[in-house]
Amino acid sequence: MADLSINFAGIKAPNPFWLASAPPTNSGYQIMKAFDAGWGGAVWKTMGVPIINVSSRYGGLNYRDTRMSGFNNIELISDRTLADNLKEIEEVKKYFPHHAVIASLMVESRKEWEQIIRDVENAGADGIELNFGCPHGMCERGMGSAVGQEPEVLETIVGWVMAAAKVPVITKLTPNISNIEDPGLAAVKGGTNAISLINTIKSIMGIDLDTFAPYPTVDGKGTNGGYCGPAVKPIAMNMVRQLAQHPDISGTPISGIGGIETWRDVVEYILLGATSVQVCTAAMHYGFGIVREMDKGLRRFMDERGFETIYDFAGKALPNIVEWKELNMSYKVVASINPAKCIGCQLCYIACEDGAHQAISVSSDPANRIPSIIEENCVGCNLCSLVCPVEACITMEKQPAKVAPVTWEQLTETGNIPTTFNDPRAGGNGHYVPEPAAAIKR
Amino acid sequence: MVKSLNSDLMAEYKRPQSEEEFQQNFKQKKPLMNQTEAFVESARCLFCYDAPCVKACPTHIDIPLFIKQIHTGNTIGAAETIYDSNWMGNACGKVCPTQVLCEGACVHNHAHVKPIEIGRLQNFATRQVIDQEKSLFHKGASNGKKVAVIGAGPAGISCACELSVLGYEVTVFEALERPSGLTVYGTAPYKITNEEALSEIDYLQQQLGFKVQYNSAITTREQLQSLENQYDAIFLGVGIGPTASLNVKGEDVKGVTGAVEFIRELRFKKHNMPVPRRVVVLGGGNTAMDAASESARMGAEQVFLAYRRSKEEMGGYSFEYDLALSAGVQGVFNASLREILEQDGYVAGVEFVKTVSQNGRLTEVPDSEFVIECDLVIKATGQAKMVDFLSLIPGLTLDSSRRIKVNTQTYQTENPRYFAGGDAVNGGAEVVNGAYEGKMAAQGIHHSLTSHLSPLTSNHG
Ligand SMILES: Cc1cc2nc3c(=O)[nH]c(=O)nc-3n(C[C@H](O)[C@H](O)[C@H](O)COP(=O)(O)OP(=O)(O)OC[C@H]3O[C@@H](n4cnc5c(N)ncnc54)[C@H](O)[C@@H]3O)c2cc1C
Ligand SMILES: Cc1cc2nc3c(=O)[nH]c(=O)nc-3n(C[C@H](O)[C@H](O)[C@H](O)COP(=O)(O)O)c2cc1C
Ligand code: SF4
Ligand code: SF4
Ligand code: SF4
Repeated sequence: MADLSINFAGIKAPNPFWLASAPPTNSGYQIMKAFDAGWGGAVWKTMGVPIINVSSRYGGLNYRDTRMSGFNNIELISDRTLADNLKEIEEVKKYFPHHAVIASLMVESRKEWEQIIRDVENAGADGIELNFGCPHGMCERGMGSAVGQEPEVLETIVGWVMAAAKVPVITKLTPNISNIEDPGLAAVKGGTNAISLINTIKSIMGIDLDTFAPYPTVDGKGTNGGYCGPAVKPIAMNMVRQLAQHPDISGTPISGIGGIETWRDVVEYILLGATSVQVCTAAMHYGFGIVREMDKGLRRFMDERGFETIYDFAGKALPNIVEWKELNMSYKVVASINPAKCIGCQLCYIACEDGAHQAISVSSDPANRIPSIIEENCVGCNLCSLVCPVEACITMEKQPAKVAPVTWEQLTETGNIPTTFNDPRAGGNGHYVPEPAAAIKR
Repeated sequence: MVKSLNSDLMAEYKRPQSEEEFQQNFKQKKPLMNQTEAFVESARCLFCYDAPCVKACPTHIDIPLFIKQIHTGNTIGAAETIYDSNWMGNACGKVCPTQVLCEGACVHNHAHVKPIEIGRLQNFATRQVIDQEKSLFHKGASNGKKVAVIGAGPAGISCACELSVLGYEVTVFEALERPSGLTVYGTAPYKITNEEALSEIDYLQQQLGFKVQYNSAITTREQLQSLENQYDAIFLGVGIGPTASLNVKGEDVKGVTGAVEFIRELRFKKHNMPVPRRVVVLGGGNTAMDAASESARMGAEQVFLAYRRSKEEMGGYSFEYDLALSAGVQGVFNASLREILEQDGYVAGVEFVKTVSQNGRLTEVPDSEFVIECDLVIKATGQAKMVDFLSLIPGLTLDSSRRIKVNTQTYQTENPRYFAGGDAVNGGAEVVNGAYEGKMAAQGIHHSLTSHLSPLTSNHG
């Protein structure tokens, strides 16, 4: 039986499923309900000097009939008084002494940091998360992502916090930056115990075609909001792995955040080096009950592979994520269509024909709608297999290697790469391309 | 004047001559989904909060959870979720009247969107673990206690599974040579195949290790006494009996059979079962619809479904009637049976008299007798209850419909050593009800044998 418990930079929790600092963690009521449903930890909605929110706050990106495949908000930090929040932290810890309650904080001056840290520690918080991520409203006031985007400022504030805090400190990073390693390194230099990422991404969700105002609209106007939900997961995962692979950061525990909804998402983040995960949008969409699917799926994954704790597989994907120049260039795959499964939509044909390498042909017999792969033309790009609507109908088949494995790096060293505009060593040389005029000939 | 009702309709189905043609005529109504179907269908589920589909399932399977598990590639986990609530997960996915249960409650109906095909998704997940012999459950650590289960139908098998998990040593006594009860011997062959029903029970038995003794009918007081001496508790999952007698003239001639008997024979003889050209099915319940559909699928040229009352008053589900109609069955309503006509010791037809139903009261129309000629009469007018057998158990009481009285939470009968569930208790419902009641009774047995608290408050229903 898998043991899901974690010790995250000294913060203990019965499992790695935590709620991210956001509306689901706005109150003790919600957090107790969540713990009862199976969540192992919660990062309290960011506390500081209470704010005032606008009405109309969220926007959703629907893709086809999938609601909220992306989600954004223009909310600020907690609008409740610190005293109310502290009282409830204390109460939650009384009922759930072994669950992780982490206080997310955002204030300005060193004095305020010292004061609020003392307050939440006294209330019984197991850890502190520094919100250097909020991309709207707070940054205009010199907090949130305004700090997260300035590595030196970030390092200074983390230093203040570390000097004051007795409980473990997690620094939460904003993705609104060109290289996530910069704030990551600054947090480590400041002495942080752990890092969490990502916060939301600056975004415009859409425009009302009648009023020309962006969503969410507040009395005819809108503003850029913070983007999150399933759509941001690939961006967040890359940032997590960048930090997990960085030699100066990799020793610091990472809490992965962004688009997590299912057990698969959880496993992927852990494979990339995260040792706790945080969820906001999925809990806002489906409620706390969503955790039961994550829990059962993660346990099954671990039991089937004999992993006893999440540390047995944390980071296991990292050695397989290398630089492009280290990839084996003599490896080749070719698409293969299973005619027994094909339903004849010909999406693969037109995708390859118009969007890739003209490596799929259709039959001249109108009764036969099953396309064929022209293997010599197939570059193994995957496109057809990605558009095919039938599960496992187009597979990418590994071809016997014609030459020994060789990387771009090695080709460069041996002088075997194209160096001039018309170099005959161009990769596409010899690859079939139709005559341009064939496009308009009947 | 006795008029004769006759028409020259052609049979919709050709008489099946081989196993293959039989399977063709009895094509599965809920075929196994492929990966793509399961993916697309599971994507449509909204993961409702406090989902109405769950409430509508008599076993309360966590439907949104198992559907999400299918969608995230955790099909094995989905099967586990299903079996956690319902030991007949696969059979139910195939034979449940989902239109009036889970799928009927799916919120998509309110938007006139096709409800999620919950039954077929359930079948998709459970079939995978059965075929792969994926072990999901195991016998609980022995608690040294023994329970006898009488009847290897859905109720008995579910009770045996649940008790095994709880650490009991269970022996099932079954009168017939196979398990599954009416799942195989009763439900229509286009709902579930014999192999499917039997493979699920085999799969469960492999993991849980309860014993089943076939060809072991318990019929005497001595046998019961011996069970009472050897076992700590006894579960009655005996179902209901054979087709009840109608007490009409001609009932005993050749060519008159009961629906349950007809279906049982059909399920094992398949294409080798002789079904004559013209069939009259008597009754208006689901069993009547099934028997009529099945006769038509066996190539009978004309099948009449004759019911005493009006079409609206039929007890069967409208979708089952529609299915019978689509197989070529003709409904004859407000026709009350007078007598079964014979010629040379063989059935020749059925004489009816027309009726009118007013405010639920049925009156015969004078001089309205008519005859439907036929070579086979199938009585689907209800099954007899096991009164004689049950009278051998001291203290057991039956209600006015001759159903065993039980505590509605523990399924304990008024004889505290005996527990009961399934058709014998509910008077004849669905497989899913038997599965639920068998499981609950196991919990009731466990409670009764382990709790040293005051006995449960009586709540007989
Ligand atoms: C024609 C017909 C069609 C049906 N169609 C459907 C359907 O489509 N969907 C659905 O969900 N349900 C259907 N049902 C109902 C369903 O089959 C039953 O509700 C269910 O099988 C009841 O389960 P059970 O375990 O209580 O009893 P049964 O299934 O009747 O099992 C009882 C078992 O006990 C054995 N037994 C009885 N007495 C003794 C004894 N004294 N000693 C030893 N063994 C004994 C019997 O041989 C039998 O195996 C149908 C029923 C019929 C009759
Ligand atoms: C409405 C809303 C409010 C949020 N408020 C906060 C906050 O107060 N503090 C914070 O650190 N992050 C906040 N976040 C960001 C989330 O904690 C999380 O980092 C982000 O939503 C990505 O996770 P997800 O894809 O699971 O939603 C908020 C997000 C949303 C949608
Ligand atoms: S979700 Fe609740 S608070 Fe938000 S708009 Fe709807 S009713 Fe109002
Ligand atoms: S995309 Fe898939 S299903 Fe469609 S034609 Fe191509 S192979 Fe067939
Ligand atoms: S009611 Fe329908 S959509 Fe909602 S959870 Fe159940 S199956 Fe899914």
